[in-house]
Amino acid sequence: MKPFRSLVPLLAAMLLAASSGATAEGVLIDKSEIRFVSKAMGASVEGRFRRWKANVDFRPSDPAKSKASLEVELASIDVASEATEAEARRAAWFDTAKFPVATFTSTAVRALGGDRYEIAGALAMKGVTKDIVIPVALRKDAGGNSVAEGQFTLKRLEFKIGEGEWADTSAVADDVIVRVRMVLPPVSQ
Amino acid sequence: MAEIRPIIPTDVMYTRTAIALHWLTVALIATGFAIGKWMVGLPIAPQTLRVYAYHKWIGITVFLVTIARLTWRYTHPVPLPAGLPQWQRHAAAASHISLYVLMLATPISGWLFSSASGVQVIYLGLIALPNLVPKDEALSATLKSVHFALNFTLLALVLLHAGAALRHHFVQRDRVLLRMLPVLSRRHEEPTR
Repeated sequence: MKPFRSLVPLLAAMLLAASSGATAEGVLIDKSEIRFVSKAMGASVEGRFRRWKANVDFRPSDPAKSKASLEVELASIDVASEATEAEARRAAWFDTAKFPVATFTSTAVRALGGDRYEIAGALAMKGVTKDIVIPVALRKDAGGNSVAEGQFTLKRLEFKIGEGEWADTSAVADDVIVRVRMVLPPVSQ
Repeated sequence: MAEIRPIIPTDVMYTRTAIALHWLTVALIATGFAIGKWMVGLPIAPQTLRVYAYHKWIGITVFLVTIARLTWRYTHPVPLPAGLPQWQRHAAAASHISLYVLMLATPISGWLFSSASGVQVIYLGLIALPNLVPKDEALSATLKSVHFALNFTLLALVLLHAGAALRHHFVQRDRVLLRMLPVLSRRHEEPTR
């Protein structure tokens, strides 16, 4: 991953240049979402990110040429209460002053047969980059849009999310389930 | 004590169970309210999450104890002492009904508020309660106000209820408070036992 790591900022910059403002490339942003489920004191805590950008070039007939990248504005977290959100932005958690965005950049998209795919890529957050694989199911909604839904579990401590007193996993679990739903308009070609 | 209070026939005394559940409710509401008032000012920390959980457990317990009390009250009705003016009978009925409604509605509003905020409630850390509504920012803000308003209305009614009981005891000098606090009665009337 070392050589790739240096590419991340470059890719992110290219993505930024490619995406136009709030609208994501090839993604219906209002219908799409990036949510997560954490566990605090054993109770599930649901959250989401209000602002993010995506660039998805999905080719069902040629998955190898498909690409997906995401850029999540971590300070836009929506979780529990304003006080919790303020805490999540602080240095012990996301440290959004120093690390404002998390990025995911696909490296390979593989068809698993049927409507199932696997997107491998690099997730970068708070200065840590890890390879992850996201299983994705594809379906059509009533409007003919393609809906890609994927879910993966990350270990928050691997990304130094929740340091110091928050490293105690009896208060907040290490596992965080991330659910991504990307809605893509019908392909017009 | 020189004062003479009319003896209450046993059929208008509250049962031990009713008395125990009443004072348990007092303790739960006082603790739950105090924790609630205190916790909202705490910085978010692991310990704060625990305190929030305890507050929710107490609230759910108030709800359950209230259900038990209503069931008990229905099967063991206790009439008001004879000789109370009509307006006091109406006031007592209205305040009791309001108290019961609030003791049920306030915990439920808290559960709804937690659900709308995306935070599940696990009663006593053991029983996972389902989220009543999906996570919704606007709904969460509304329910926060509703939960706060219900709590302060409940506080006001509790104070009115306690004030009325004290008025009966110290001003009207009847047995209304003693029906729920027989300990006082024994101290007054049976000092040798």
